[in-house]
Amino acid sequence: MKKTNPPLPPLAKGGHGGITQSFSLNRYPLFISVLMLFAVFCFLPTNVFALNVNRTILPNGLVVLHSENHSLPIVMVTLIIKAGQINEPAEKAGLANLTAELLTEGTRNRKSRDISEEIDFIGASLDASAGSDYTTISLSVLKKDIQKGAELFSDILLNPIFPQDEIDRKKELIKGFLRQREEDPSFLAERAFKKEVFGEHSYGRILEGSAESIQNIKREDLVKFHADYFLPNNSILSVAGDLTHAELDALMGKYLSGWKKAEIPSRVTGELNRAKPKKTIKIDKDLTQANIILGNLGISRDNPDYYAVSVMNYILGGGGFSSRLMHSVRDELGLAYDVHSFFAANKEEGIFQIGLQTKNESANVAIAEVLKQVERIRKEKVTDDELSEAKSYLTGSFPRRLDTNRKIADFLASVEFYNLGLDYATKYPDYINSVTTGDVLRVAEKYLSPEKYVLVVVANQKKAELKY
Amino acid sequence: MKYIKFFSFFLFLFLPNIVCSSEVKEYKLNNGLKVIAVEEHKSPVATFQIWYRVGSRDEPAGKSGLSHLLEHMMFKGTSKYGTSALSRIVQKNGGTDNAYTTKDYTVYFELFSSDRIILSVDLEADRMQNLIMDPKEVLSERSVVMEERRLRYEDDPQNSLFEEVTAAAFKVHPYQRLVIGWMSDLKSIERDDLYDYYKTYYSPNNAVIVVAGDVNGDELIKNIGTLFGDLPCGPPIKKMSSAEPEQKGERRVILKREAELPYILIAYHVPSFPHEDSYALDVLNLILAGGKSTRLYQSLVYEKKVALGASADYSGFSRDPYLFFFYATAAPGRDIEDVEASLYAEIKNLQNEPPSEREIQKAKNQIESSFIMGQDSIYVQAMKYGMFEMLGDWRLIDTYIEGIRKVTREDVVEIAKKYFKEENGTVGILIPTKKVDSNQ
Repeated sequence: MKKTNPPLPPLAKGGHGGITQSFSLNRYPLFISVLMLFAVFCFLPTNVFALNVNRTILPNGLVVLHSENHSLPIVMVTLIIKAGQINEPAEKAGLANLTAELLTEGTRNRKSRDISEEIDFIGASLDASAGSDYTTISLSVLKKDIQKGAELFSDILLNPIFPQDEIDRKKELIKGFLRQREEDPSFLAERAFKKEVFGEHSYGRILEGSAESIQNIKREDLVKFHADYFLPNNSILSVAGDLTHAELDALMGKYLSGWKKAEIPSRVTGELNRAKPKKTIKIDKDLTQANIILGNLGISRDNPDYYAVSVMNYILGGGGFSSRLMHSVRDELGLAYDVHSFFAANKEEGIFQIGLQTKNESANVAIAEVLKQVERIRKEKVTDDELSEAKSYLTGSFPRRLDTNRKIADFLASVEFYNLGLDYATKYPDYINSVTTGDVLRVAEKYLSPEKYVLVVVANQKKAELKY
Repeated sequence: MKYIKFFSFFLFLFLPNIVCSSEVKEYKLNNGLKVIAVEEHKSPVATFQIWYRVGSRDEPAGKSGLSHLLEHMMFKGTSKYGTSALSRIVQKNGGTDNAYTTKDYTVYFELFSSDRIILSVDLEADRMQNLIMDPKEVLSERSVVMEERRLRYEDDPQNSLFEEVTAAAFKVHPYQRLVIGWMSDLKSIERDDLYDYYKTYYSPNNAVIVVAGDVNGDELIKNIGTLFGDLPCGPPIKKMSSAEPEQKGERRVILKREAELPYILIAYHVPSFPHEDSYALDVLNLILAGGKSTRLYQSLVYEKKVALGASADYSGFSRDPYLFFFYATAAPGRDIEDVEASLYAEIKNLQNEPPSEREIQKAKNQIESSFIMGQDSIYVQAMKYGMFEMLGDWRLIDTYIEGIRKVTREDVVEIAKKYFKEENGTVGILIPTKKVDSNQ
């Protein structure tokens, strides 16, 4: 899961784009969004807060997770299809995204407009989106409208027809958005950073692809991508909310019984180049701030060091105002509104990155401070207090990671995707609590790389006068 | 007894086919502090929020950004807990804290497992009165806020246009200035400005506490009474009152700067909730921009392909009349004049012919559904109570739902005619100046 959006979550009711951003100002919005991203991979319930989950595997291979909860008349559905960026060839980058985008643009039974009209009319939402490792279809619907919701859900999943005029329209829109994002410095920094860190690997490309690669995608590519991967034996269905097992069974029988098992093609991905030298990329733009990213290749989700890395990252820059980077770069030096670090642990190695924005003139000082903090956590053990604070946050905050039906549905699906197991819930606190200061030092040394980091600076380069 | 409990009942939102209930209790301390407890036991979590009735509207001339900078300073430590200790204490207990400032109010909140919520009472009571506000910290935090301004506005072309349009739409009312404040004003804010502002507005009689989640209001109020009950009332607060004179002609703002695509933002003066027109404005907003099936997307993006995105935005939840926005980004190769003409064409349609019954029903369904879905999150739920309380009384939630339900097709035509008039609008256009070169 990559973060490419600008760090400004809408807060107000009915938040729309640029306008709402201006209505309210969080003190540190990014902290929340970074933790949310983290949450998907790491906060799990303990026995104190066990979810009642029913897991079944259907004859067609579909894994179904169900958490029944009748406190509100709503139903949240998350379907993960194990196909994303990682399954697309480089010359057709953007294929997974375009496939997902077109699911709601025409089926055997409905035109684009009919789909949005029926969904909007019942005040529900039905979205399909691709990611690095998988594609997600989510439905949020009132209980009273569950039949209509399930019908539409199954229609876009099973019967999309990828009409040529809709493909052309969507391609133009994506190309337009790609162009518009050229004015967003954080996007430019992110794109350059990923490209350098991952090289030819699919993780190194942005989800939408490029204007050129989108042009290479034909209708038959979309049809084939859908036919190859959108299979029950390649998917996880997670349902949370006001629905009994019997009701769920009936819905599945009615709307998903035609979904047939088939063989899943093996995927092709570029090789990761692990032996990269240190590199600095400077992008010149007429800005008041330097947008800075520093980092390197990180870890995969199944790396046993995942928990030690979680603790280390919390102390370094993942823990909001409790983190060292926030304390030094923001609190003490007043250099940035936002400074953070995070690991994106995917199916394969993801990234580790530190990000901040500071006025052009302070870029050198800020980078020096970041490098100093990286050096410190690699050379000296963290204190016992820091360790215990990180552990109490990581273990103590998970009930809040599962406090809505939407969060539960998404969480169960990703736990299944990353093979964490149903008992993982009870094991998680032990994994975290067993991390020592020695482990933190070891993983900092191993995964933070002062010799091989990639540094990207998008700034008014004349004013920034970078020494790096 | 430091407090009296004067209200407790089940709130029922009567929606078609669905009844949702939460138990709401209301208390008031002798020093004027009001407490609203929303008991909701579906998950072992709780949120504590303290709402101060102060926002950018209350700032003196030349000191825009004061409320928001003060919000930042509220995290910098008290005599009891020392510098920057607050968030650390919260996180150590598995919690998260944050705050935000709006035109009308400022909110601080924590989210905890419900067994830790009592910590909030201590932390918030302490910082209502005992901020240190070290001058060195003020200087440092001021530069942090300037970085925030650079991040959100200076380097973001569309947000810059938003600031320009707002400033042009209001000549008199303080809504003219954004919450972030102008850079030159920020530079002039000193420690004493902040401290006086803090001592004026941060008092029990100018605040409301909203607690929601797995809590027992009658238990919690005892702690709140103990820790907040002895805090003295603040000075009497002179409420800022200002009215924007009627606009007599279109205003146009042009912003030329480095950007990729032209962008248009149009703002019309409109009333706020609970004005009788506010309900129809809400419904109208959704008829125009409540999803991909609605008018602006269908016309500008899907059919005509003149825009990459087109939307509208109205929130009636402000203390004084604010703005109804239309905005759109031109598709590559398309003129912003075409985009503007297409927006006016949609407005004309609404003025000439009533929307269909189905469109009205769709908008109402969306509002009701978002109310119910919002209850899934105790945070969202608490925000809703707090926001209505800031507008007068949380019971206005019922008034709002009722008002929405009564909106007719004719109401929508009428308000479209009444407010979307050329002389009532401010039009802002972003014109990209030079091509961005992002090659490495």
